[in-house]
Amino acid sequence: MSQSANDVVIQAKGLTKKYKDFVAVDGIDFEVKRGESFGLLGPNGAGKSTTMKMISSVSQRTSGELKILGKEPNTHGPEIRAHLGVVPQKDLLDRELKVWENIFTYGRYFGLSRKFLKGKVDELLEFAQLTEKRNAKADDLSGGMQRRLAIARGLVNEPEILLLDEPTTGLDPQARHVLWDRLFRLKEQGVTLVITTHYMDEAEQLCDRLIVMDNGKIMAEGSPAELIKQYSSKEVVEVRFGTDKNEKTAEKLAGLADRIEVLPDRILLYTAKGEELLAQILESGLHPVTSLVRRSSLEDVFLRLTGRTLVD
Amino acid sequence: MSDLNFKPGQAVDPQKAIRWGSLRVAEYRIYSMSKWMGSVIAYGLGNPVLYLVSIGLGIGALVDANSAGQSVLGVSYLQFVAPALLAAAAIQGVMDEVTFPTMDGFIWDKLFYAINATSVSSYQIANGVMLAALARGMFTVSLYLGVLVAFAAIPISSVLPLLLSSMFAAWAWSTVMLAVTARLERDEGYFAIIGRFVIAPMFLFSGTFYPLQLMPIYLQPIGWISPFWHSAELGRTLSYGAAMEPAMFLVHIGYLLFLVVVGLAFAYPKFKQRLAK
Ligand SMILES: Nc1ncnc2c1ncn2[C@@H]1O[C@H](COP(=O)(O)OP(=O)(O)O)[C@@H](O)[C@H]1O
Ligand SMILES: [Mg+2]
Repeated sequence: MSQSANDVVIQAKGLTKKYKDFVAVDGIDFEVKRGESFGLLGPNGAGKSTTMKMISSVSQRTSGELKILGKEPNTHGPEIRAHLGVVPQKDLLDRELKVWENIFTYGRYFGLSRKFLKGKVDELLEFAQLTEKRNAKADDLSGGMQRRLAIARGLVNEPEILLLDEPTTGLDPQARHVLWDRLFRLKEQGVTLVITTHYMDEAEQLCDRLIVMDNGKIMAEGSPAELIKQYSSKEVVEVRFGTDKNEKTAEKLAGLADRIEVLPDRILLYTAKGEELLAQILESGLHPVTSLVRRSSLEDVFLRLTGRTLVD
Repeated sequence: MSDLNFKPGQAVDPQKAIRWGSLRVAEYRIYSMSKWMGSVIAYGLGNPVLYLVSIGLGIGALVDANSAGQSVLGVSYLQFVAPALLAAAAIQGVMDEVTFPTMDGFIWDKLFYAINATSVSSYQIANGVMLAALARGMFTVSLYLGVLVAFAAIPISSVLPLLLSSMFAAWAWSTVMLAVTARLERDEGYFAIIGRFVIAPMFLFSGTFYPLQLMPIYLQPIGWISPFWHSAELGRTLSYGAAMEPAMFLVHIGYLLFLVVVGLAFAYPKFKQRLAK
């Protein structure tokens, strides 16, 4: 296999998955290049996990084309999977086995020798910061530790592509940051990362490039910076006037900003120069209960594309 | 904190991984099983001892005394029932090791989905579960045979023939249960039902304690379809030379193999379908 930096490791064209009549993934096209960190951002039910399962070469697509590492998953599933690391949304650990045993037994499925695995398990435990927990039952770990164990397990075969489905959902902020740090290191290692998330900060932190998904379709594609540039303004002013007053006040603000979004709890004003706009609002005699100026984020991109927020 | 150091995609030899997938799954199952070794052994030894005492000292003594060595059976009562008891032990052994891991694999902890994310394929998972169950069945039967020989209930020459006949029953039953369990979407106590209304009647009505021919003809079909009877008859012929038409010999083996084929024919596609969802 060629190691050129630009070769495509995942290629999807018109990728579609139906459950009976329900279309969960609706003809999506994307490519992932070797060594890049690629994201699928979208709200619950967007079709991210369904897409991940097809990429992981287990779930059969309904139609469209899919090539993983240059191979057809329908006919070469086991060969492809030999070089994938999969961290499913639910960790699917063997709760009866100890932490080290979870990694060791998993490595055996890939035909790895006991000798190789002995060293590998220690290395992965260290990497996942679980060395002290090596003899604990998987069931007794905290959520963040279980997720790290699932990642360690997914790395046991030294995969070319690591697939992470919502890696930090349900974790506290500290556990998330530990995990992000681990994932950065993997990327430096040359592992291609595919990450689904419904957290826009995670997508911004981790992804070189991403697709924004909703209702099984791709709404937009690009790097976080490109997407923000294309679909949002540089800055955002958030003002709150109280739940029942937001709608009314928004009418008075019309024209001040490039674009206005009225959410139930706040008003978002899109502009290149946030501080100036906020000053203008205050001068015009309006008194928001709270206000803040911030950079545009992927959350704003999603709101622009779908009219909805990512996390409700 | 340490960094990993590897070149992505170099560690695994896919061809080698794919070739041995079934054995890897079996290896893992046996490893998990070994955590319960104590109860596997206790159960494996306790049962035969109970049966030996009850049948050997009780019923057997009664039957043997009344037939005064000239019995219709031609051998001691214990020798007559041993093949059926061993078939039962084998079937019970594989039953637990097929049903619980399969429920766990698809429903409770969904471990099959994790295994299937490796180079292991769906049918290799089915094979691995079956192989591990057979290993457990073989272990249980071996313990049983050990007890029977130790108590001089059967001659040592019967050990291999009976191992063979009971493992045929175990193989047939393991694939049938693999197919049945793979279809279950929920745990609704089916196994208790199967144990009570399928296994128990089959055990009792399959010529276990007396020749099937002594049963009224309308009850005999229970024996005909039951792996117990076919396995026990095979064991009787192989271990002490009970009379049997060559054609019937083939029927017994053929029927058990037929169950294996049918079981796998239903199990493989169901495993594949569920995992590929
Ligand atoms: N096995 C399934 N059977 C039927 N519908 C499913 C199945 N899996 C997912 N879906 C549906 O497909 C849609 C996309 O689901 P999913 O890919 O899990 O979304 P996400 O991961 O983005 O939250 C959802 O509406 C979900 O209910
Ligand atoms: Mg999901």
